[in-house]
Amino acid sequence: MTTAYLQDHEVFSRSGDAREPWLSGLRQSALERFQAKGFPSPREEDWRFVDLAPLTGQAFRLACPDAAAVTAQEIAPYLFPIEGVRTLVFVNGRFVARLSNIGEAPVGVTLLNLSAALLSHARLLDGHLGKYARPEASGFTALNTAFLTDGLFLHVGRNVDAGAPIHAVFVSDGREDGAATHPRNFVLVESGGRASVIESYVGLGQGTYFTNAVTEAVVAEGAQLEHIKLQRESERAYHIGTTHIQHGPGSRGTSHSVSLGAALCRNNLDVVLDGPGVEAQMLGLYMGRERQEVDNHTSLLHAHPNCSTREVYKGILDGRSHGVFNGKIYVTPIAQKTDAKQTNRALLLSDQARIDTKPQLEIFADDVKCTHGATVGNLDQLAAFYLKSRGIGGALGRKILTYAFAAEVLEEIPHVAVRQALEGLVMERLEQRAEATG
Amino acid sequence: MLEIRNLHAKAGDKPILNGISLTVKAGEIHAIMGPNGSGKSTLAQVLAGHPAYEVTEGQVRYQGQDLLEMEPEKRAQAGVFLAFQYPVEIPGVSNAYFLRAALNEIRKARGEEEIDPLDFMDLVEERLKLVEWGPEIMSRAVNAGFSGGEKKRNEILQMAVLEPRLAILDETDSGLDIDALRIVAGGVNKLRRPDNATILVTHYQRLLNYIVPDHVHVLAAGQIVKSGGKELALELEAKGYEWLTEEAVSA
Repeated sequence: MTTAYLQDHEVFSRSGDAREPWLSGLRQSALERFQAKGFPSPREEDWRFVDLAPLTGQAFRLACPDAAAVTAQEIAPYLFPIEGVRTLVFVNGRFVARLSNIGEAPVGVTLLNLSAALLSHARLLDGHLGKYARPEASGFTALNTAFLTDGLFLHVGRNVDAGAPIHAVFVSDGREDGAATHPRNFVLVESGGRASVIESYVGLGQGTYFTNAVTEAVVAEGAQLEHIKLQRESERAYHIGTTHIQHGPGSRGTSHSVSLGAALCRNNLDVVLDGPGVEAQMLGLYMGRERQEVDNHTSLLHAHPNCSTREVYKGILDGRSHGVFNGKIYVTPIAQKTDAKQTNRALLLSDQARIDTKPQLEIFADDVKCTHGATVGNLDQLAAFYLKSRGIGGALGRKILTYAFAAEVLEEIPHVAVRQALEGLVMERLEQRAEATG
Repeated sequence: MLEIRNLHAKAGDKPILNGISLTVKAGEIHAIMGPNGSGKSTLAQVLAGHPAYEVTEGQVRYQGQDLLEMEPEKRAQAGVFLAFQYPVEIPGVSNAYFLRAALNEIRKARGEEEIDPLDFMDLVEERLKLVEWGPEIMSRAVNAGFSGGEKKRNEILQMAVLEPRLAILDETDSGLDIDALRIVAGGVNKLRRPDNATILVTHYQRLLNYIVPDHVHVLAAGQIVKSGGKELALELEAKGYEWLTEEAVSA
């Protein structure tokens, strides 16, 4: 069902900023790539666990960027009361200044929406866009690049601390079924700089729509980036997201990924350690219920010596939901003294819930420490007995232990407001479950 | 309050308790002593309903009810409390939330209203004094990252808030330094009332310098081989366990 996208692209390519040759060239070659390869096939190893047919079999049309109907009140529940937070709100794929609060950026920090930056920072973007999350990598990234228009643009200068977190909220209003958006984010933290970025993907109402997001982040030498992605789409929506983080020497980064929504969610997280002495963490929590499908594919490239990484992903699957965790760690021959630790745990709350889990370690250096552990199962029996011995049994005991399982990941989110909001969301879901199951 | 008759229990295929009989009355403190592997921790866990053990013979009556027929949470709701030898960590769940949930489950089982959050805070503030702790411990996740001594103190705090009828302390003294031991023992002593009872499971006589038992029982190979008053503990301290365990084997 690629025809609809090609038709839309024809209209799209005649509009707006398409006069810029570098940009139209980037989009056009990505479109050709998509045209040639289409969507990933289930025969491809990276896509074999997840059934894309419901997504690729529908003609999602480029969303109408009209945001007039969306009010600040509707957005409010998705914002975080963090002091100094700067918020960019995008509705149906386009930036809405009326709902955003960019405030005053510190000296050395450029915070814009991407479609403005495509004009004002064309040279910078020409050098980076599509260089990390490459259109060749998958049909989805190609499609996103072909329609690349808007999203977050953040440039943090050398040795500059961007301060309070920057929150980009991508809202699909879901008023009409069948809309597609292709948010595109770009973050560059120059050497010694620091930034904290939160991306939220949310749906108003219970619409069926398609979010196809790509984020490219570059963390230069000695810089720090904290990246949080919250996927709270409608439970009838489709979310495909790729986050690529490119680390320079001695840089640090933490990626948090929390997925609660969407009928089908695929998160690709690609972290490249492009220099020695990098410290990176990848933490994830996903929850599935009913027939939700949630697929996390993480890929970690240790390309240089003396880097250490820690990865913890946890899933809670209920109903007939299906989870996938694929954690690839690739250590090149020169990446000596690599220290990589991967943990992946899934909790199955019902007999029909399923998980496919696949650690994939490819190690070509000899002086490395790589560990991985995967557990799938039910609640911890010893902890359950401890609760019972205090009088807490049944549904309440299960709720507390499931919550504890999730909280272990959320605990590491540094912003209290974000953490509390997520803890509240997890608890709310567990309460709903407790009510439903008596 | 508690009457154990000819209790046998096994873990998997391995028999651990081989016919224990013991009567505990309200107001009493009983110390259960014995060497490693004698079955004393198993006895504590069987009384609390640990799923790893299967009772194969015997009866336990608690306040007129058949204790062994009750689910572990029902036992707790009826006033049985086990202070764990190795308390479990529950990340992300605050001590305050956990304790209030436990107290409310116990109150509900008694047909009482849930405790008002402000009354709960008052109660906790008062009981924290027993373990010489400030209120900040209540916002920490249950036992997560606690030191061994802190975990044991937290067990005593829970006991102080939940006010059990029958408290079973499973090696609560092991791994404690002298200050922590004093605090833990002080808590137990202050909680002593004519209408509750305590079973102290311990390997060492040391704890009994702080908590004076009414009765001391020595376990060996899953049986009580000797019972006596508090002076028995001193005798064990002086002579070790061998003279009793040898008697048990030869008997």
